[in-house]
Amino acid sequence: MMIRSSAIIFAGSTFIGLMASTAATAIDANDWTMRQRGLYLTRAGDCAACHTVDENKPMAGDYALSTPFGTIYTANITPDEETGIGAWTADDFYRAMNEGIRPNGERLYPAFPYTHYTIVTREDSNAIFAYLNSLEPVRQQVREPEFPWPLSMRFALRGWNLLNFENEEFEPDPEKSDAWNRGKYLVEGLGHCAMCHSPKNIIGAVKEGDDAFTGGYAEGWWAPSLTGSTRDGIGDWSDEQLFNFLKHGRNDRTAAFGPMAEVVEVSTSHMTDEDVQAIVEYIRSIPAQETDEAEPMEDDDPAMQLGRTIYEAQCSACHAPDGSGVPGQFAALAGSSLAQSSNPTSLVRIILEGARAAQTERYPTRHVMPAFDWKLDDEEVAAVATYVRNAFGNAASPVSEDFVEDTREDIRKER
Amino acid sequence: MARIMPRKDVVIVGLGWTGSIVAQELTEEGLDVVALERGVWRATSEDFAVTNAQDEVRYRYRHELFESLSRQTLTFRNNMNEIALPMRQLGSFLPGTNVGGSGVHWNGQTWRFLPSDFVARSHNEERYGALPEDMTIQDWGVTYDDLEPHFTKFEFLCGIAGKAGNIKGELQPGGNPFEGWRSTEYPTPPMKMVYGPTLFAKASEELGYHPFPGPSANMSQAYTNPHGVSMAPCTYCGFCEKFACGNYSKATAETTILPVLMEKDNFTLRTESMVLRVLTDKQKTRATGVEYITAEGELVEQPADIVILAAYITHNVHLMLVSGIGQPYNPRTGEGLVGKNYAYQTMSGVTLFYDDDTWFNPFVGAGALGMCVDDFNGDNFDHTGLGFIGGGYLAQWQTNGRPIESQPTPEGTPKWGAQYKKAVRENYQHSISIGAHGAQMSYRQNYLDLDPTYRDAYGRPLLRMTFDFTENDYNMSNFLTDRLVDIAKVMNPKSYKVSRREGPYSIVPYQTTHNTGGHIMGASPADSVTNRYNQSWDLPNLFLMGAGNFPQNPGYNPTGTVAALAYHSAQAIREQYLSNPGPLVQA
Repeated sequence: MMIRSSAIIFAGSTFIGLMASTAATAIDANDWTMRQRGLYLTRAGDCAACHTVDENKPMAGDYALSTPFGTIYTANITPDEETGIGAWTADDFYRAMNEGIRPNGERLYPAFPYTHYTIVTREDSNAIFAYLNSLEPVRQQVREPEFPWPLSMRFALRGWNLLNFENEEFEPDPEKSDAWNRGKYLVEGLGHCAMCHSPKNIIGAVKEGDDAFTGGYAEGWWAPSLTGSTRDGIGDWSDEQLFNFLKHGRNDRTAAFGPMAEVVEVSTSHMTDEDVQAIVEYIRSIPAQETDEAEPMEDDDPAMQLGRTIYEAQCSACHAPDGSGVPGQFAALAGSSLAQSSNPTSLVRIILEGARAAQTERYPTRHVMPAFDWKLDDEEVAAVATYVRNAFGNAASPVSEDFVEDTREDIRKER
Repeated sequence: MARIMPRKDVVIVGLGWTGSIVAQELTEEGLDVVALERGVWRATSEDFAVTNAQDEVRYRYRHELFESLSRQTLTFRNNMNEIALPMRQLGSFLPGTNVGGSGVHWNGQTWRFLPSDFVARSHNEERYGALPEDMTIQDWGVTYDDLEPHFTKFEFLCGIAGKAGNIKGELQPGGNPFEGWRSTEYPTPPMKMVYGPTLFAKASEELGYHPFPGPSANMSQAYTNPHGVSMAPCTYCGFCEKFACGNYSKATAETTILPVLMEKDNFTLRTESMVLRVLTDKQKTRATGVEYITAEGELVEQPADIVILAAYITHNVHLMLVSGIGQPYNPRTGEGLVGKNYAYQTMSGVTLFYDDDTWFNPFVGAGALGMCVDDFNGDNFDHTGLGFIGGGYLAQWQTNGRPIESQPTPEGTPKWGAQYKKAVRENYQHSISIGAHGAQMSYRQNYLDLDPTYRDAYGRPLLRMTFDFTENDYNMSNFLTDRLVDIAKVMNPKSYKVSRREGPYSIVPYQTTHNTGGHIMGASPADSVTNRYNQSWDLPNLFLMGAGNFPQNPGYNPTGTVAALAYHSAQAIREQYLSNPGPLVQA
């Protein structure tokens, strides 16, 4: 069961003021206010998603994070002297956050999002450090990464950083509103949203510029586009829909599931309304990108016909015959950006293995989409996915049987 | 020696409907509550996925949701002259097990009993004079007016679909004109009617009766309850009773309370924890906790300030008897109260067969999808000269067209073989049943006690059920069945088949899971086990939930009243007992 803390809520504007200063301040580990701020920021950074495996041992790390290059195990960031960060100073911690370098000079793999945390202010870093130091120290040795040579050589990261990392401070844009700047600070910094929602280059670095937030492959799922594109982005979502999705895990069109359910449960649902609004304002400013134009497939296409039959028998009870779903409970497929994503991984995956909606205070029921991997074969899954991508006014490329087979294999490997 | 757990404010035995309701209410009060459930954890998401919830063999015939009799059962006999034998297979009634209890596999027919039902003895004596000597019915000690807010609370918890017939005394068109007053309309509108119920309603109306849509815990539309828990519209798949709903469309503890309750820091659930007895002090003035056995066979003692029995009625009564609480009922002397006034339900029906042009699509169904008539329930009609009291509602419920269970055949069809199959094929789409859901008055000779011979896997004597229908039941049921025949004739079928309640009670064929009594409530410790708040007269920190409190069984499904009593009891604990622990009613 989740341990509940009555966190003090700070208005976003407080942070704007604090961000202006960069002077390092002394940390009083007993400063309750600072720790509470640290708890809040730790949530904003979604730290628990990777650093907490056992709820009884928060932040003890050793979570196996699979990357395209191999499996890496997350650090123990409890204040244990030997296996955690108990011997670190606030300066050490800030250096890890800001530059991705441990006190002993070793470079951290960029699975730890220092490429994003680099813009986190010193004050915020200090507060997080103070909070982590207030936790129960857990003695937990962390396993070595399972990377092939030469990636197993940490010094190789020097070159990676030269290409992909810029140690920068957050510079507010005076042309934009305070909320927008706050939103950018959270999204680009602690939130590290692009780690999942942006495509990666061949050496695993997040692509920027026009590619930013156009969707990305992460942890076996497709994190959909956050751009203003109406078909596969969030262009036709209202601010309120985006706010409710982040704050409450659901809105009247869909629910957070897969890795995003965890983000909502651990992170965004705990943020203040002001901070979530700020994130919404920033994300809304991401311009629509040209995506492949798609024409809906013809109804008499054999895949569409098979897909329709399967949809009516297996899916329509919850998602409704016209794909309108049940607001707040079962996702609408008509107009769904996820269904129409350029990459159908998440759609195929949710059909194969099902998913759980995020559980939040407003939505205590964890509605579940059941798994169909035992019930539908590759051809059937491909057909129903193709149908959902092209029915109800949707339009997207068809899904092939091979793609379903590969996704099935990926899921099998993960288990 | 049992391992002793840290003391809790409240221990609840069983996490079904009433256990969940009481746990939710008392944790809201800030109490530290532990629930002990003999079965396992179940959630809609994991255990009742829509992709496999509709498996008739697994659930209906292999009893996956029902209690297993391999470790504990009861013995049965029709009367005191017989030797009771253990029930080795469930039949007549199907109590559940595991989290959610029997509430997981109910139909969802959610009634309020009539105001006169709660004062059955005084009301009937006043109107008809003395009752038969052996008829041991009594007033409940609680009235409809007391329970009205609690009925409402439960209906809003569940999002019950229906049409009010009486709002604060104002009769409402389209509702049940005989029902007790309601403070407000149902939370959601009635379900969409299919053809069968509309035929029944039309015929009833022609006969001058007052049809109305059955109150349903199958959702007519999406609904979010006051706890913030949401349910989805019913898809009319026809797998309610004996099944779990995978669609979040049937109100159960899982779909209404548990998502919120399970997140509370002051609530603990221990599954696979079978309570063996209630512990008391030496003088039997207080319950001190319960003793239970884990799946690993370890004995554990859970001390608590308040003990709440929320198991199925047969288990509540059994726990009272094996724990030596209260005096066991003796039908010969009439003394003792624990086990007294066991009652059941008196069911009968008529199946109507139509020609090929009349289609019913029975597979489009829901547990509480139907039209009802309440003109012959309770004391809604004059019983003078009829030879019985009580009654029942008449209904055409289109609950299901499940392939194994739904095999309607007209009178004269062989029970097996080619002719049987042909008849099923011909009639499946063209027949419907109408039924009478009859009350049952409690009688001196129908009761529960401990079996002198048989023991359960834990070494405790089995519960023994001694029960048969009575003259009142047969007379009432015949009367109701005649009314069904009247309606059936107006419905103009090709032929019809009448199933009357005849012969002695058999525990084998399924009838209803509406067992009642055994720890009955009342106004005085001289005639009841619990007071109007379902608090034990003997041990003021022991509360008993469920239909075991019913002094007799009215002509409705019991869940609505069971839940209202639980809310009523929980409110009394919150508002009266906690500030002044002790008897809530002075004897």
